[in-house]
Amino acid sequence: MKFPLILAATLGAASPALADWQATLDAARGQTVYWNAWGGDERTNAFIAWVGEETGRLYGVNVEQVKLTDTAEAVTRVIAEKAAGNDTDGSVDLIWINGPNFLAMKEQGLLTGPFVADLPNARFVDLSPDAPAAVDFTVPVEGMESPWRLAKFVFVYDSARVTEPPRDMLGFAGWAASHPGRMTHPDPSNFMGATFLKQALIELAPDPAALQDAVTDAAFATQTAPLWDWYDALRPNLWHGGATFPDNQSVQQQLLNDGEVDISMSFDPASTAAAIAEGLLPETARVFVPEGGTIGNVSFVAIPVNAAHKEGAMVVANFLLDPATQSHMQNIEVLGSFSVLDPAKLDGDAAAAFAALPTAPALPVLDDLGPTLLEPHASWMTRLTDEWARRYTK
Amino acid sequence: MGAPLYEIRRQGRGLRATVLLAVAGGMVLPIVAGLGQTLKAAFGLFPALGHDRLSVGPWRMLFELPGFWTSLRLSVVTGLGSTLIALILAIAVAATVQGRIPARRGARLLAPYLAAPHAAMAIGFAFLLAPSGWIARALALPLGWARPPDLVTVNDPHGLILILGLVVKEMPFLLLVTLSALSQVDARRLRAVGAALGYAPGMAWIKIVLPLVWPLIRLPVYVVLAYGLSTVDMAIILGPSNPPTLAVAVARWYGDPDPAMFLPASAGAILQGAVVIAAIAALWLGERVVARLALSWLRRGGRGHGAGPVLGLLTGTAMLLLMAGAAAMVSLVLWSFAWRWPFPALWPESWSLRAWFAPGSGLGRALANTLLIALVATALSLTLAVAWLEGEDRAGLGRAGWAEGLIYLPLLVPQIGFLYGLHVVFLSTGAMTGLAAVIWAQGLFVFPYVMIALSDPWRALDPRLIRAAEALGAGPWRRLFAVKLPVLLQPLLTAAAVGVAVSVAQYLPTLFLGAGRVPTLTTEAVTLSSGSDRRVTGAYATLQAVLPFACYTLAFLVPALLYRNRRDLSGAQ
Repeated sequence: MKFPLILAATLGAASPALADWQATLDAARGQTVYWNAWGGDERTNAFIAWVGEETGRLYGVNVEQVKLTDTAEAVTRVIAEKAAGNDTDGSVDLIWINGPNFLAMKEQGLLTGPFVADLPNARFVDLSPDAPAAVDFTVPVEGMESPWRLAKFVFVYDSARVTEPPRDMLGFAGWAASHPGRMTHPDPSNFMGATFLKQALIELAPDPAALQDAVTDAAFATQTAPLWDWYDALRPNLWHGGATFPDNQSVQQQLLNDGEVDISMSFDPASTAAAIAEGLLPETARVFVPEGGTIGNVSFVAIPVNAAHKEGAMVVANFLLDPATQSHMQNIEVLGSFSVLDPAKLDGDAAAAFAALPTAPALPVLDDLGPTLLEPHASWMTRLTDEWARRYTK
Repeated sequence: MGAPLYEIRRQGRGLRATVLLAVAGGMVLPIVAGLGQTLKAAFGLFPALGHDRLSVGPWRMLFELPGFWTSLRLSVVTGLGSTLIALILAIAVAATVQGRIPARRGARLLAPYLAAPHAAMAIGFAFLLAPSGWIARALALPLGWARPPDLVTVNDPHGLILILGLVVKEMPFLLLVTLSALSQVDARRLRAVGAALGYAPGMAWIKIVLPLVWPLIRLPVYVVLAYGLSTVDMAIILGPSNPPTLAVAVARWYGDPDPAMFLPASAGAILQGAVVIAAIAALWLGERVVARLALSWLRRGGRGHGAGPVLGLLTGTAMLLLMAGAAAMVSLVLWSFAWRWPFPALWPESWSLRAWFAPGSGLGRALANTLLIALVATALSLTLAVAWLEGEDRAGLGRAGWAEGLIYLPLLVPQIGFLYGLHVVFLSTGAMTGLAAVIWAQGLFVFPYVMIALSDPWRALDPRLIRAAEALGAGPWRRLFAVKLPVLLQPLLTAAAVGVAVSVAQYLPTLFLGAGRVPTLTTEAVTLSSGSDRRVTGAYATLQAVLPFACYTLAFLVPALLYRNRRDLSGAQ
């Protein structure tokens, strides 16, 4: 496989940062990076395998994906290793991470960094303080994790069975009432289930701006009151009467494929077109977003503080930000994830590569997706899922 | 003549002591150490997160977690319920088929059920019973369903489907154990006596044979109970989710993004252990009560000619469940070759080999790891088991009850209770990593089953053979290698097949001690079952079931070929 990669090292070794990068490349050669990443999606797994082949070929860095059912497993592993006094030879080199797991690791001092600014390809990313790649669930990234793919919350429906999907979150209650049992959301202990609640919270909260600050008891009571009213109306009309919930969005996608529900959700606008190509959804599956826009965030990779192969992990993080890698990733035939690079920072060739990517009927263009809403402060998510469990887990 | 008798006895004791030491050091000590770590965290001692004061705080937190009490209740109901139902059905089937199906043929019929790992069976079972599943599809056409009915089946809040799934998996095991126990109690003569006294055949079995069989199957029943109470993989796939059973809840709490959840999770893991102990104690008490009550029932002397329909009904139910299990396995194989298989199609709409040959899917590597681990763990366990039994023979010692208990320890202590602590112990001592640690951890669970499978046939070996060899001048080693092992080839291979099956099915030990870096068919299948591609899951689960099944088949074929001119050794009775 031939790939026109923009190698930072070939741009000249004049600047000290780049000289450091050469040292990183040298140290990384021969390392095997254990990338801990959720393993429930075959296309992502295949993409990670491709990344390993490329970094092996270009830098002598091998990548082994450690497939997780939940990112927290990797966090647990790092904590267990720290508990055992393993400070330099940890088994986790790179984690696909964001949100509460990132906050927990950052607060516990379990991450290496800051390292993002040292990556040569970071110059293609908008890292200004309020940019999506610099804030993770309102928590400043501060160079402790490096972006690699864009996530934006979307709903998926089967257009053969649903003629008019709900227009906004409020509309879901009415839609479910006229189509009882035809919709559900993943368990809120799962990331996607929590996002469904957050999406509704942003739309229904009396003052959405309050969600950007750390949660207080008073703010939580005021801002979530309409949410619970809405949810109490919605829940009895959910799949299985709202008594059980699918474990995660993949299981819900399977329910959509099996025809048990008509609506599913995803954090990847391209996943529907991808799933159709994989035979995992009917040809008639389509994407929709509520009118006011949806939550968006960036997926990151982070390096645990006790990682055994830090240099290799940095080389992989840098490779992920290469414009060639990003346009390959955005190709619907590969992964279809939207790029995290700033289009304004790309040169002509790289921009052309993005423009030439193939399209598909179920693949929305960026304009269809509406505005991107900011994630609430991470503390809201914890409170929200705790409160949900308190109310509905009996 | 070889060495004098006292010398052989000394050797025997030495051999057994060595094995005991290996078992104590390699199995009991680590489990106790792991439990110790968990126990410390359960009482607030976890220095890595700055918790260094003894407290009952973790327990208070545990009791206040939403859904905790429901989780606890669900665990008890599904664990006890599934064990009792599986036991009753197994006894009913054994009473019905008595004398008609010899243990060996029974083993051959039941092997696929024993070989199929729990997770694989659960995934297939979920597809069979889901509102959009196979059964619903069969009904869709006659009933005119365009959409799956909005019925709650799989993941029902009461755990009924989980109970059913556990019964399908455990009943064949209990049945097999019962059938092989029959060979030790001379059931044929007892039944003849019962018949002579005018008892109906089924009732004769229950009243005369069962009381003798029960002590032989008691421990396996405890193992089934312990498994039912603490299963994680089956409960994730078939059980309720909001809240889940205690074992799943504990696993979820261990995986919570908030590290502080470690402490209540550890308390939950300890509680899980207590639940198993309490349930076994309850079963033991129940046994006393039944024994006392049954005495007057036995003395009343009912000949049980009216019990036929009940036995028939129970046997019919058992057969139905076995068929459901078979359908579940077949559906997985079909899925692995399917491309699109939407509701309400009974068969896949389009076919593909992609699940088997997709590049980068890691199937080959998982298969290689699984094989390597299974073969090494089984070989080690088999060697250890032979050494133990041979040691007993030479020392002239019988079966020691405490030794039996020791063997069963890893099967009775819930894995979640000690595996996390064990992982910490391993990391801090730097003892082993990766593949070696996984092999060892699986050995913890493989050895007991190998020992169980081998010890009865070993002890049933005709002593005259050994004496004849001794009289002909064969020393203890020659007697072992030239007489015992060849004669016992069939049971040895069966034990090995059991070992491979157990090894292939291990999920938590592989996950914890392999630090997730040692992908096997089972870890990949369970991970993939959290995703949405039933076809890839089907490929993994099929291999997961085929591998042990191939070993069982080999265990039957090899002696049959090797000893085709030795009727009593070939296993072809």
